[in-house]
Amino acid sequence: MLKTALPSEFHVDIDHRRCVRCKRCIQNCGFSVYSFADGIVPDHSKCVACHRCVTYCPQQAIRIEHRPLAFRQNANWSPHHIIDIWRQSLAPGMLLTGMGNDLPYPILWDHLLLDACQVTNPSIDPLREPMELRTYLGKKPDLINILKRREGGFLLKEALPPQIRLDIPFLFSAMSFGSISLNAQKAMTMAAKELGIVMNCGEGGLHQDLYPYGDHIVVQVASGRFGVHREYLNAGVGVEIKIGQGAKPGIGGHLPGEKVSQEVSQTRMIPMGTDALSPAPHHDIYSIEDLRLLIYALKEATDYKPISVKIAAVHNVAAISSGIVRAGADILHIDGFRGGTGAAPTIIRNHVGIPIELALAAVDDRLRQEGIRNQVSLVAAGGIRSSADAAKAIALGADAVALGTATLIPLGCNVCQRCHTGNCSWGIATQRPELVQRLDPEVGAERLTNLLSAWALEIKEVLGALGINALESLRGNRERLRGLGLDAQTLGILGVKPAGR
Amino acid sequence: MMDESHTWEDPPQAAGKGLSHSFQKDISNCGMAGLIHKKGGRIGGEVIIKSIASMKERGNGLGGGFSAYGIYPEFPDLYAFHIMFEEASSKRDAESYLAENYTIHKSEPIPIRPLKVISSPPLLWRYFLEVKEERMVYLFPELDERDFVMRSVMKINSEIPGAYVFSSGKDMGGFKGVGYAEDIGHFFRLEEYEGYLWTAHQRFPTNTPGWWGGAHPFCLLDWSIVHNGEISSYGINKRYLEMFGYQCTLFTDTEVIAYLFDLLSRRHRLPLSLVCQALASPFWKDIDRLPEEDRSLYEALRMIYGSALLNGPFAVLVGHHRGLIGLTDRIKLRPLVAGIQGDFVFMASEEAAIREISPSLEKVWSLKAGEPLMVELEAQAC
Amino acid sequence: MLRIDARGLHYRELNHLVRQAVAGGESDILLDHVNGQRYIGDALKGQVQIRIQGTPGEDLAAFMDGPTIRVEGNAQDAVANTMNSGKVVITGQAGDVLGYAMRGGKLYVGGDAGYRIGIHMKSYRSQVPVIVIGGRVADFLGEYMAGGVLIVLGMGKEEESPDRPLAGEYLGVGMHGGAIYLRGRVNPHQIGKEIAPTELTEADHRLLRTELTEFCQDEGWDLEKVLEVPFLKLVPLSLRPYGGHYSY
Repeated sequence: MLKTALPSEFHVDIDHRRCVRCKRCIQNCGFSVYSFADGIVPDHSKCVACHRCVTYCPQQAIRIEHRPLAFRQNANWSPHHIIDIWRQSLAPGMLLTGMGNDLPYPILWDHLLLDACQVTNPSIDPLREPMELRTYLGKKPDLINILKRREGGFLLKEALPPQIRLDIPFLFSAMSFGSISLNAQKAMTMAAKELGIVMNCGEGGLHQDLYPYGDHIVVQVASGRFGVHREYLNAGVGVEIKIGQGAKPGIGGHLPGEKVSQEVSQTRMIPMGTDALSPAPHHDIYSIEDLRLLIYALKEATDYKPISVKIAAVHNVAAISSGIVRAGADILHIDGFRGGTGAAPTIIRNHVGIPIELALAAVDDRLRQEGIRNQVSLVAAGGIRSSADAAKAIALGADAVALGTATLIPLGCNVCQRCHTGNCSWGIATQRPELVQRLDPEVGAERLTNLLSAWALEIKEVLGALGINALESLRGNRERLRGLGLDAQTLGILGVKPAGR
Repeated sequence: MMDESHTWEDPPQAAGKGLSHSFQKDISNCGMAGLIHKKGGRIGGEVIIKSIASMKERGNGLGGGFSAYGIYPEFPDLYAFHIMFEEASSKRDAESYLAENYTIHKSEPIPIRPLKVISSPPLLWRYFLEVKEERMVYLFPELDERDFVMRSVMKINSEIPGAYVFSSGKDMGGFKGVGYAEDIGHFFRLEEYEGYLWTAHQRFPTNTPGWWGGAHPFCLLDWSIVHNGEISSYGINKRYLEMFGYQCTLFTDTEVIAYLFDLLSRRHRLPLSLVCQALASPFWKDIDRLPEEDRSLYEALRMIYGSALLNGPFAVLVGHHRGLIGLTDRIKLRPLVAGIQGDFVFMASEEAAIREISPSLEKVWSLKAGEPLMVELEAQAC
Repeated sequence: MLRIDARGLHYRELNHLVRQAVAGGESDILLDHVNGQRYIGDALKGQVQIRIQGTPGEDLAAFMDGPTIRVEGNAQDAVANTMNSGKVVITGQAGDVLGYAMRGGKLYVGGDAGYRIGIHMKSYRSQVPVIVIGGRVADFLGEYMAGGVLIVLGMGKEEESPDRPLAGEYLGVGMHGGAIYLRGRVNPHQIGKEIAPTELTEADHRLLRTELTEFCQDEGWDLEKVLEVPFLKLVPLSLRPYGGHYSY
């Protein structure tokens, strides 16, 4: 019989001198690593290095080590290629994974540097002088229509279409109830309210408990149309049509039946335990004019709330974007190839799509060339890791950035990429009640508020250094970026000069 | 909207000029002065020269210039193009373009007085032009005459190497070059002109010394801008303007201010007070406190014209046919003082520059951050 | 008394003449027809009185250490920049950034002043800088103030801009030392979050009376009229206003 051992990547190291056998590790681990037999006994092969046990062990007796088996050095056949082939020869299925692309493709944010003012222009002290981060997402007309008032002064003749106001240029990315727990969504929603921004409830419908936070929610309509009904459409400040996401361009969503709990079933309006499959395309959008049809259907259904369209960054993203804007979208949300997901085939997550840096630059340029840039606000997403990435994205042309992975990390996530199993020990990417209850939404909201408040302060520092006191003067201002170690072609696409020029 | 020679596949690559992201930008740290006679009374250029000369410390001799209004009363309806040419071929090409599109009523060198301190001036010519109607109708039936003229200026500046139109208004002109302002004023014999509105500028460039086109004022149609400061939002202001057919070819951030005034006031027909509010918007916290009607107007103005917001320190003097505007940035990082004496209104970077030409003043004060001072002619100046 | 006619003189020449005069023992100098010359009194030391007729240029009394300058007219920006000691009296109005990093001495302005008055004023041992503005001021008064006394009376020429408030916004942002006294009231939203209003003590009243007596004498004002309206005192809340902004 041909034996194949799939080696465990991690090794659970327990310091038994410190261990007091409180069994918290057994309780906490969502992956059933631990058992008890006259002492704590770990099954290393199950460990995913989520660090829940490490964090909660009162004696700090646990260390997780990366201890892969040794293979002969081979720059081409790296161990993971070999192991993946073993896996697929054992069971004829696609490899599945969670979170975002982890391969070492170049990260363009790390090749872009921001400017600072000296001598010819004063930098500004953001702690003492006014610094404005407010932005409005939505369609803006080419020019303003005003009336003269009889008693002097002017009046707005035609109100603008409704806008979504963000006090700081961030959104919490769409993560469906189903892919993540209700408590995680609650934490995001409460933080959005506190921060004056919005969260996107994702394609799993909107749970009743979240309806009161409607002013800070954008609801999503994806190809599966889960939980989509008229109250849902009107529950938030806008509606997003999800065409694609960066982690899995071109394919639909997949929520395994194990994660379709009773509440998920209720919210999505599908039977418990069935797989929730979102089809690859919206089956009523086979061409651009169909998108226009859907956009206006939603506008009519919501009395013209802003409609966002979310797409993955792919090769002809500039042309698609132009079409989407002309189809009537108010917000264009582009998700780069590093975007995260609850579940995706590894081959798609790792090999399909393009970086958000290039997509954003190309789309912003194209819309300006066509004179239609003001008709949408651009939201950029896909692996934004810090306020620096966000500032650079805004300088390239984004109105705001959406955060997915960065939203889960404050809640405990350490990117172990096992969301699709539904065993998240932190209570984030799971529906198992005993795991979900660990996530206290208020504590979670506080963590998220801390993070984004800190990032807002950092962006203000950056703006101050740039001698700018309003976000709109950074938006699309590529002159304030320089590239380092990038070839001329890439610099040309980004519209950025090389450092030194 | 762009003219026929552009396709959408390539980013604008106009022969080394006006490349959308690859350009050198200079900064405008300096001194400025302006005066207007509210009843349209005309005075000679020596007055403004005296004022700007007193602020020599604010420049470094590498740029100076003037704008003057009401100086060509014999051609009130013709566009006076002041063009500088780096070589004879530039002049030939520009003239053949002009002849195709305009009736050239007069063409002559701009009168100058050679001075030792002004070295290697370019060829400086002026043309008094009338748009050829049939040409305009053939090429751009939906445009009006001033759009046509604006496009001619953009075309010459971006496509004819070595040629720069540095003013293009009716009955007004810009005069500028490399040298201290007072020397440039004498070089152009400004004491021989009489105008009702004059602005002047003393420059301290650090990036493009020695280039005549980089001095202030920047003029387009009847707009003239002199500017003290640096526009830190230049990168986005420029890209916003490019969407509307303006080419920023003169490598100086001041250029965008001239084009923004043209776009918002002439093409979008915004009243000048609102143009100033768009370029130097009140802070959100102040907008939020306004009564609802005003609040929604200012909020909408900022939402629509966010990419036109001028950030960074600035004080500008904007001249146009009907008057003079002074404006500073919204946290007043640059000085701008105004003074009134009789029918004259003065504005300058320093009070002393005003006192130099009007020792007594009925009223003298500093402008407030972000609040324009707009002076209009009382009657039609003729 | 030595009279110097400044008409047509470059600032280098003018200031050279002044320094020469002071070195030669002159203690009373009149500068006539001044218009825009910069740096008058720059780093000047000694017991000397200088009277200026006209409009001095930028940086009047910068780094000055001891002399008294009286301007009969308006001044421009950056008066008393990093001044160490001495006195500057201006009968008219003055511009922006007055008394930047001033460490001692007094600056009196009879009329209005502009933006960023008294930025980073600081006191050191017995040196306590004082600025008194008779008129109104604009935004950023006392920004980053670290010590000293800033008094604003708001008694300007009412007819010129009657609805101009006593002081602008961002009052005392970043302040972490010293005190600001305002004659009258301001709106809470104008006050920076690093400072708070506080009750005047006996010592404050004595300080105001002493300082304003001298000011009124120099500017020709009626002290009792000035003291008619109660003053508001603003002080910093903490020596480390931004401690909470950093995560380690």
